[in-house]
Amino acid sequence: MKKPAKDGGRSTRKMSRRAMLMGGVQMSVVAALAIRLQSMQVEQADQFRLLAEENRINIRLIPPARGLVFDRNGKAIADNEQNYRVVMVREDAGDVDEVLAKLLTIVDIPEDTIAKAKEDIFKRSPFVQVTIADRLSWEDMAKININAPALPGITAEVGLSRVYPWGAELGHVTGYVGPVSDYDLSKIDDQDPLLQIPKFQIGKTGVENKMEHTLRGSAGTKRIEVNAIGRVMRELDRQQGVSGQDVQLTIDADLQSYVQARLDGESAGAVVIDLEDGDLRAIASAPTFDPNLFVRGISVKDWTDLNENKYRPLAAKAVQGAYPPGSTFKMVTALAALEEGVIGVDETVYCPGYTDVYGTRFHCWKRGGHGNINLHESLKQSCDCYYYEISQRVGIDKMAEMARRFGLGVKHDLPVSAVVAGLAPDKEWKARVRGEDWRIGDTVNASIGQGYVLSSPLQLAIMTARLATGRAIEPRLIRAIDGVETASGSGAPLGVNENLLRRIRAAMGAVTNHSRGTGYRSRIVTPEYQMAGKTGTSQVRRITADERARGVTSNADLPWERRDHALFVDFAPVENPRFAVAVVVEHGGGGSTAAAPIGRDITLQALYGGTPPLAAYPSNVRGRIADQQERISEKLASITPRAKGDRA
Amino acid sequence: MSYLEYNAKYVPTGLRKLLYLNWPVILLLTAVSCAGFIMLFSVAGGSATPWMEPQIKRFGLGMVLMLIVAMVPIWFWRNMAGLAYGVSVLLLLAVELVGVERNGSQRWLDLGPMDLQPSELMKITLVMFLAAYYDWLPTSKTSRPFWVMLPVFFILLPTYFVLNQPDLGTSLLLIMGGATVMFVAGVHWAYFATVLAAGIGTIVAVIESKGTPWQILKDYQYRRIDTFLDPANDPLGAGYHITQAKIALGSGGWTGRGFMQGTQSRLNFLPEKHTDFIFTTLAEEFGFVGATSLLVLYVLIVFFCVASAITNKDRFAALLTLGVSMTFFLFFAVNMAMVTGLAPVVGVPLPLVSYGGSAMIVLLIAFGMVQSAHVHKPR
Repeated sequence: MKKPAKDGGRSTRKMSRRAMLMGGVQMSVVAALAIRLQSMQVEQADQFRLLAEENRINIRLIPPARGLVFDRNGKAIADNEQNYRVVMVREDAGDVDEVLAKLLTIVDIPEDTIAKAKEDIFKRSPFVQVTIADRLSWEDMAKININAPALPGITAEVGLSRVYPWGAELGHVTGYVGPVSDYDLSKIDDQDPLLQIPKFQIGKTGVENKMEHTLRGSAGTKRIEVNAIGRVMRELDRQQGVSGQDVQLTIDADLQSYVQARLDGESAGAVVIDLEDGDLRAIASAPTFDPNLFVRGISVKDWTDLNENKYRPLAAKAVQGAYPPGSTFKMVTALAALEEGVIGVDETVYCPGYTDVYGTRFHCWKRGGHGNINLHESLKQSCDCYYYEISQRVGIDKMAEMARRFGLGVKHDLPVSAVVAGLAPDKEWKARVRGEDWRIGDTVNASIGQGYVLSSPLQLAIMTARLATGRAIEPRLIRAIDGVETASGSGAPLGVNENLLRRIRAAMGAVTNHSRGTGYRSRIVTPEYQMAGKTGTSQVRRITADERARGVTSNADLPWERRDHALFVDFAPVENPRFAVAVVVEHGGGGSTAAAPIGRDITLQALYGGTPPLAAYPSNVRGRIADQQERISEKLASITPRAKGDRA
Repeated sequence: MSYLEYNAKYVPTGLRKLLYLNWPVILLLTAVSCAGFIMLFSVAGGSATPWMEPQIKRFGLGMVLMLIVAMVPIWFWRNMAGLAYGVSVLLLLAVELVGVERNGSQRWLDLGPMDLQPSELMKITLVMFLAAYYDWLPTSKTSRPFWVMLPVFFILLPTYFVLNQPDLGTSLLLIMGGATVMFVAGVHWAYFATVLAAGIGTIVAVIESKGTPWQILKDYQYRRIDTFLDPANDPLGAGYHITQAKIALGSGGWTGRGFMQGTQSRLNFLPEKHTDFIFTTLAEEFGFVGATSLLVLYVLIVFFCVASAITNKDRFAALLTLGVSMTFFLFFAVNMAMVTGLAPVVGVPLPLVSYGGSAMIVLLIAFGMVQSAHVHKPR
């Protein structure tokens, strides 16, 4: 046992000393803490406050409603429809399986949709809304709402989705929308934050694609407060976006449907231009496709069907098909020669049925030849030799220049996909692209729209429109944006001698109205609606001497893809023309038999603004036309735009 | 030392003892605990449950226990020191064998109605035992190697168990707390200097050897050390918490964002906001003014304890008071350093403020002994 130590004083002092020392250390630690707090809370407070705000505030985008697309008469051709969908929040549902089973007894949802949704539900955070199924009918919607108490965590919601009421009739024009893909993002330089929204719908083809920026609108934003795991606590404020602008097309949906129906069964393209302002009343390509298939996510089967069809339904042949124009090009050749004065309007050329050019024999379609023939007759009867001759006189460069003045070989800026430039070849082109010298044989070929010459139905329609008016008509597809009309495409005068044009038009009038014209069988008999046209048949193969000898030249004997293209261009009425029409039937055979009747029917439909009376047709075809009209009106009745809310 | 050695007539008896309590310390403890209640109310989103109410009950229980302990003469506690230490070590052993595992560490004993965390108990009983040891040890032997190695063993034995749980924070507190008692008891400074030098030398060697042929640790261990020392290296793991804590703290500014207005805690960006990181919520909502006020309260508690100790002629009482106050200091200093990013995150709660049963009650019992030392001062 020790007493309170004898050294007690010393050890106590030592302890106090060391305690003070410890106190000193403690005070410096406390000072360090205080300095640290001061530096963080006073000096860097703003910076940390900013970080805290960044933590808690999320900015969410509110997608704007996409602009609508109307036809020239105000009929919706791309619409937003109410899309009813059923969503689930896991944490509110309790037993997910049980609730889903109950839901299935109320509405019919496919097994795999449910399975996919279930997977999604368990993958996400419990408070995240997961879509179970969408595009439900209004009845299903009502049933879900009535049974809401029995379906915890399930809500029925309504959103907007794109629908094309006219379906396939306008598929190539409107194009379609689809969810933005990584590929889209890599391809387009667009900083719009909307594109970052998963599954945001953007235009993929057609007008939807080309007018994307007009139709899209701009995003609204809402600032929301979220907690650490991303649960939305409350909305702080919101700023409404701007809806997309509505676009009105120059297309007449009814006429377009008619044209589409008339082309049905062919692989063809047809264009109707309004001569007053260049309005494209119809741009039809057959076969076509239903853009609604793409909006909903196309099935593998539908996709394969579209892609493997040899008639290429996905190709908008009216604007992106490039065909040798054949005899429809003869007006251009003639005008080039006439304007250069290398031939007079009444000067004749002798047609023995062929022309020899430096040892190569070029045949006229008529074996025996046309004899002495002038401009008028050469167009009416589509004599080839006349053009072989005058083209050699004027030269390819003048012809190409004239072609470009008439809109051939020029890319017309239309807001649809893959508009082709076609080709109006000249010497410079061949040297540049082929690295070869231009040969006289090339000129001779080009004179009748064969060889290197390529044009689309759209370009042929423009050419015809310019022939009919003498003005540089520009095609117009967008009539108005949000009610503001766009510039008319009536164009400036072409500067081609009007007398020459008149002679050409007269010759074209003879083509369809003179008994020896190539298009006589497809004439319009109503006096005030008579049309002027030109047929064309362009070869896609060389007819060998051997074949010619054996006489195997009938198209019907050839496989489809080796048959001639059938073409027809026209404008009507001959006096004071209102419409120009071009029709190309791929591998259709002869222009006068395969294309001209279609051109005539379309022209009549446009002129009458509906089904024309049988009296407009020559009496010998009225019986057949009556059948045809009945067939088409039945077909049109079945594809009348689906009423809103009625979804297949 | 026996009861008779004290001059009984100078020691207050009966209820008069209440007058001799170290009242400033009691008031300060209450003030700090109230700050805790307020914060627990706030982090629960303005609700007394689940944290504030139990915490108040424990505080009440703790205060009663503190007063009871304070009433018992200090020499009784000195005599109990060995037993307390022994029991604590046995409890730690029991944790090792039958403890309840939570969040990957085995720290708790299931005692039916409540869980006991023996490592909390150990922090106090170790200080108690060492104080008793140095009281018993003649001062002349204090710095003899054997008598130095003995307390080192007493410290390392429980440290080993705690480290095994694993609980690095408490282990460090045990070592530092024990070392403090040894230091103030007068162990020659050369021992401390040697250990300190050896420690620094080891660290330097470990760091320097990195990338050399004689590298001491494996690569992944270096990576762990790096992350431990600088959590910013692991922004989504350990770094996430400390980054969020710093944002909360810093965004408080001068006067804070207001009671229950702290977005970091209210929106759950803060980890462990009711336990280890509660200080960040306080700093966020009450700003620099609030944070430093709490710091001042803590410092005053330590100050009054040290003042009581150096005026206490009883060696055990003085050592115990210094030891408890130092442990208390380490608690809040390490916690604050941790949440302000000055020290690595080792999992030390903020004393009396963080939600936690064992810690609060044990701490108040420890202050009960500090009170007892104060009341039963030889006068």
